[in-house]
Amino acid sequence: MPKNTIVCRCEDITLEEIREWLQMGYTNIEEIKRLTRAGMGPCQGRTCRTHILRELSRVSEMSPAELTIPTFRPPVKPVSLKTLAGDGND
Amino acid sequence: MFDTEMLIIGGGPAGLKAALSAAEQGADVLLVDRNPYLGGQLVKQTHMFFGSQKQYASERGVTIAEILTREVLNSDKICVLTDTTALGYFEDKSVALEIKGTFKTVYPKRVIVATGAQENTLIFPNSDLPGIYGAGAVQTLMNVHGVMPGARVAMVGAGNIGVIVSYQLLQAGVEVVAIIEAAPRIGGYHVHAAKVRRLGVPIYIAHTVVEAHGRESLEGITIACLDEKWQPVKGTEIELEIDVLCISVGLSPLTELLFQAGCKMEYVPQLGGHVPYRSENLETTVAGIYVAGDVCAVEEASAAMVAGQIAGLAAAGSLGYKQNNYEAKLKDAKNELAGLRRGPAGEKVRSGLWALTIAAGEAV
Repeated sequence: MPKNTIVCRCEDITLEEIREWLQMGYTNIEEIKRLTRAGMGPCQGRTCRTHILRELSRVSEMSPAELTIPTFRPPVKPVSLKTLAGDGND
Repeated sequence: MFDTEMLIIGGGPAGLKAALSAAEQGADVLLVDRNPYLGGQLVKQTHMFFGSQKQYASERGVTIAEILTREVLNSDKICVLTDTTALGYFEDKSVALEIKGTFKTVYPKRVIVATGAQENTLIFPNSDLPGIYGAGAVQTLMNVHGVMPGARVAMVGAGNIGVIVSYQLLQAGVEVVAIIEAAPRIGGYHVHAAKVRRLGVPIYIAHTVVEAHGRESLEGITIACLDEKWQPVKGTEIELEIDVLCISVGLSPLTELLFQAGCKMEYVPQLGGHVPYRSENLETTVAGIYVAGDVCAVEEASAAMVAGQIAGLAAAGSLGYKQNNYEAKLKDAKNELAGLRRGPAGEKVRSGLWALTIAAGEAV
């Protein structure tokens, strides 16, 4: 696919970039995430995760069920520091 | 910081029914939803439901949302917090909430996760152009906010959401130029697909979007026929001039909180992706955490409502609240859910469920 196929919209990562990393031998979504920032934007990978897993599954010939997925850390959505600091009673 | 007997996360069809069923047995419920209103996706569903009287057959989704919301607000056992997001589940069994911009920690004795699902996307060249939406997002724009998404629309996906939203676009006066379906058959119910066909909308089966065009926003797409290996066939390209493309290619469960809680999960494509193991009572492998609705199996709202009843009853029962014909109601709801999944439409869900069911009391 040409260069303008965006996989991760938050961080502007293209399918071509993902495939380049996969060809270099990175076959773990956690590695791809740290190398490219795919999945580290505001949506936290909700859009790109399945697409990257599909690519990984194709290259590694493993089913998506066998592939590890990134850890889902809280907070599940972006929260302002003001909000986090506001709970004086806790 | 505060305590609650039962926290229900998500006020869609599953969460609303769970809250009502638990409250009816005597449990105190805190129901939270990130939207400013209750009802979840029901609020934009202007089509009538099938099924039996019990499952609100012949009512429109939006009416069901109104009925359930009224019942919930009238219950003195249910406290409702809208504009409230569950941000995380922590090791000390607390849940962090953002309540209208303020942060609070809640310690619930039981949790029902009814967070629903999100729309899947497709990637192809220029798939990030403005004008390319999820079909559900377009339905929200039209039916909740009264905004026309554009003038000429194409729909990707001939499942129920794809054909229903296409029909609602036509009702709103938007031109629907094509429905494009990658599979060699239409996935949606015949009655819904027949309605759009009668209005002259072509349905291209075994076709896909090859690429989108446009400078500032969407101006058109190229579609092509797919061979048996799902590859586009050269020479079969068709150009469509459109300003909106709706993507309706399935939903993925919103399971972050379940992962954080340490629930045992499994990738089951028939159920929409990663979903939790659960008992017949819809308790996960973590004791005290229950699930209902699309978060544990992408299905229809009717099934979500019945699953909500089961989870609400079972969670209340586990706290000792069994005052209102408990056993019979739980049994009825389980039979009802099995009934909804009977027949060819439930085949996919049934085939996905057998591997995920754990024995009651197996949760730790």
